[in-house]
Amino acid sequence: MIRLVVTRLVFGAVVLIALSIFVFGLFFIAPGDPARALGGDEASAQLLAQIRHSLGLDDPIYVQYLRFIDNALHGNLGFSYHSQESVLTLIGERIPATASLVLGGVVVWLLIGIPVGVASARSPGSARDRLGQGFTLVGLSFPSFVLGMLMLFVLYFLPRQANFTLFPAGGYAPLSEGIGQWARHLVLPWFTLALVNAAIYARLTRGQLLDVLGEDYIRTARAKGISERRVVYKHGLRSTLTAIITQLGSDVAMLLGGAIITEQVFNLQGVGALAITAVTAQDRPVIIGVVLLGGTFVVVANVIVDILYGLLDPRIRLA
Amino acid sequence: MTSVLEVEQLSVRIPTEDGNVHAVQEVSFSVEAGTIFGIVGESGSGKSVLTQAISGLMPFAEITGSARFDGVDLLTMRPEELQSMRGRRIGMIFQDPLSSLHPYYTIGSQITELIHAHERVSPAAAKARTIELLAKVGISDAGTRFSSYPHQFSGGMRQRVMIAMALALNPPLIIADEPTTALDVTVQAQIIELLQEVQQESGATIVMITHDLGLLSTIASDVMVMYAGNRMEIGARAEIFGRPAHPYTAGLLLSSPANYTPGEELVPIPGRPPSLLQPAALCPFLERCESAVDDCRRLPPPVRVYADGGRSACWLEHKAPATERRPATVAARKISRHRAANVLAASVQDVRLTYRTGPLGRRKSVPVLKGIDLEIHRGETLGLVGESGCGKTTLARVIAGLAPVTEGVVTVAGADLQYINRAAWRRMRREVQLVFQDPFGSLNPRRRVGSIIGDPYRIHERLSGAQRRSRVQSLMELVGLNPEHYNRFPSEFSGGQRQRIGIARALALQPELIICDEPVSALDVSIQAQILNLLKSLQQEFGLTYLFISHDLAVVRHICDRIAVMDGGMIIELADADSIYDAPQQEFTRTLLSASMSRPYPISGQPRTLVESLSAPARPDGVQEVA
Repeated sequence: MIRLVVTRLVFGAVVLIALSIFVFGLFFIAPGDPARALGGDEASAQLLAQIRHSLGLDDPIYVQYLRFIDNALHGNLGFSYHSQESVLTLIGERIPATASLVLGGVVVWLLIGIPVGVASARSPGSARDRLGQGFTLVGLSFPSFVLGMLMLFVLYFLPRQANFTLFPAGGYAPLSEGIGQWARHLVLPWFTLALVNAAIYARLTRGQLLDVLGEDYIRTARAKGISERRVVYKHGLRSTLTAIITQLGSDVAMLLGGAIITEQVFNLQGVGALAITAVTAQDRPVIIGVVLLGGTFVVVANVIVDILYGLLDPRIRLA
Repeated sequence: MTSVLEVEQLSVRIPTEDGNVHAVQEVSFSVEAGTIFGIVGESGSGKSVLTQAISGLMPFAEITGSARFDGVDLLTMRPEELQSMRGRRIGMIFQDPLSSLHPYYTIGSQITELIHAHERVSPAAAKARTIELLAKVGISDAGTRFSSYPHQFSGGMRQRVMIAMALALNPPLIIADEPTTALDVTVQAQIIELLQEVQQESGATIVMITHDLGLLSTIASDVMVMYAGNRMEIGARAEIFGRPAHPYTAGLLLSSPANYTPGEELVPIPGRPPSLLQPAALCPFLERCESAVDDCRRLPPPVRVYADGGRSACWLEHKAPATERRPATVAARKISRHRAANVLAASVQDVRLTYRTGPLGRRKSVPVLKGIDLEIHRGETLGLVGESGCGKTTLARVIAGLAPVTEGVVTVAGADLQYINRAAWRRMRREVQLVFQDPFGSLNPRRRVGSIIGDPYRIHERLSGAQRRSRVQSLMELVGLNPEHYNRFPSEFSGGQRQRIGIARALALQPELIICDEPVSALDVSIQAQILNLLKSLQQEFGLTYLFISHDLAVVRHICDRIAVMDGGMIIELADADSIYDAPQQEFTRTLLSASMSRPYPISGQPRTLVESLSAPARPDGVQEVA
């Protein structure tokens, strides 16, 4: 097991290095000039050269890259061109909002998606199943920005017109302001993020569970005379967890790297919002930091998923 | 004698996308307490559906009739009541013990779960009981094995666990659905022995469902024969096997190679089972029946009741005519030998194959073939038998040039596979063809049959489309397929027909050697006989050479000239088929033989006395269509 984790982590490090080279290379090729972005349209050629020099942009690309790697190994991902703040600090400030959004969203979508999928799979073709499938279709076809707007309209603007505040329109309240405030700010974003994913997970659960419920060992479980509930949840759902966890691992990792749309709609100052600002401003160190952060999450999530496989499936654990 | 289970007029309809499948139609039987009751039938005969329907495992099916057990009709019970019967009063054992146990839970916890579901006992008490049960069914070191997972057991051991589970609460009725089908023959014998032991010890009644008539001939006291959802015949073992009344029962018995002198042509049941989407208005066996009389085509068959208590749904009044088997004294095999002296189709010399597995750094060598010497003469059929994991399929792959050897020499059609170049390899491929076990998995479902069979012509001969087509069609005719079905997809064919497609493809280039890897083991016994006859007649016609791999000794003995017995990666015995059977030299061969050959049941010459005929009640939803 430990061997597996170590191998995976080493592989992950390789992936991250490749990713950083790729992003660096992209900046070299892509049009755009951070010095121009900093200095403005009126800046003189001399000023631009000066900016380039102070940012180290006049060095060859490999020098820039090696310098970056050297700093990164010393725990320094560079400084934002604009605010001059450390990239790590910038990202660190943004992580709580994104993490709160994503982790809460995961809970919500699992709580909706799995039961809907289970209900569908238990009686395929029934009215319940069709309802579940309908939910899936709607959920999948709703763009999350539309859903976010809709939620804001129904649960914020309409109550506001009646002089009544149900939920705030957006923004993030850190946990230090109390768990109630924190949650109240996040309810709408959670559901916005969760709906599409709930639909995906409902479909996934339904499909997987339908397959599993046709297995011989489910028939054995029924032949033992245990309750249908137990058959479905203990014997059936257990076998679908592998598939669900696989999907969950990559979804969570992706979103932790920035839940861009939801953060934007609800004005949550998360990693996604940071990424957007950085891209518009051509703030390279920040962009690279955000990309590497996302990559790290993916690598770590994969290792966690591998460990979970072993815990879930004795055939892997004992192999 | 009292009956434990009394089933009357049971019908099961399963709604599907294509319409209602009439899986079981008005079947009645009763099971005497403390006996083993056999239900036999081919796939699709409704035998499993029947028992699952009465135990409440088919919630979506439409079930009518009655099934009295313990004095109550199971079919009128609420689902929760039935649930409490399952496991407590009705124990069940299923076919494939690998897929029938949950892979994620320990076997111990799977058994204690059953105990806890019905009785209020402490976890410690349940565990103690489970360990006792496991020991009883022959699992050594039961205490430690309690916490093992199913994948850590062999197939036979898993089936023992299933039996322990079924026995846990001492149910008066145990339903065993094909309990030995997925197991090796020697293990099969052990499991049957265990079941008999358990039955005698606990006094439980066992309903044993199987497709293998031979299995029932030694253990069942009564047997019911089902076909296409109908009860064809029911009666005591002696009658069913000794003097069957129904032509179908007789046909089944005749289809089994175990009941023949080796080499003799089998008498298969022609045709294939009917679709179950329409309930049969007449006898469902009519189209395949060779004893059909005019009445059969007009009216549904009556139930003939015989003095011995047996019943048969047939217009015939006495024994089925087919039981008067013609005396086969001439063994056709002796004539069929084309074996040209000392011309080798293929040979292997001291072949070894070792796999390396395990994580890097801790590699282990697993020897699969440990020094095999084998010569296959042109024109003969060489049988290769052995239990699963003995390396027989690997050896076949080696001979076919599909697996590289670690050591040794493989010669096929005169070419040493080790020193062969690309072009020669290509030529060699013409000379070796394979027929696979699974007729469903081995044909690409998205390609038309014509192109599947025509592949060899496309690859090796570059024939034009029209030429290819005519060659393929004559091949189809040769193997008994309708050439007009050239453009159909594999899914439109039955299992036996698909196997014919596989054989036609293998035949296309007239290869030096055809390797048949368990070619009939996935087929029903009546279809099996058709395919075996086909292989045999093709051999006679074209002088083919077969390497015939099988776990079924009856089949191997029937078709093979020489037999090689494999065990643990080695050929432990190789001799003429007759010598192997009459005078096996190795202990393992003897075990294999005694486990697999059910002796043919003695045929009784006595006629049966008809005492009553019950004409079939008019079926509301069928008879009109006939008139």
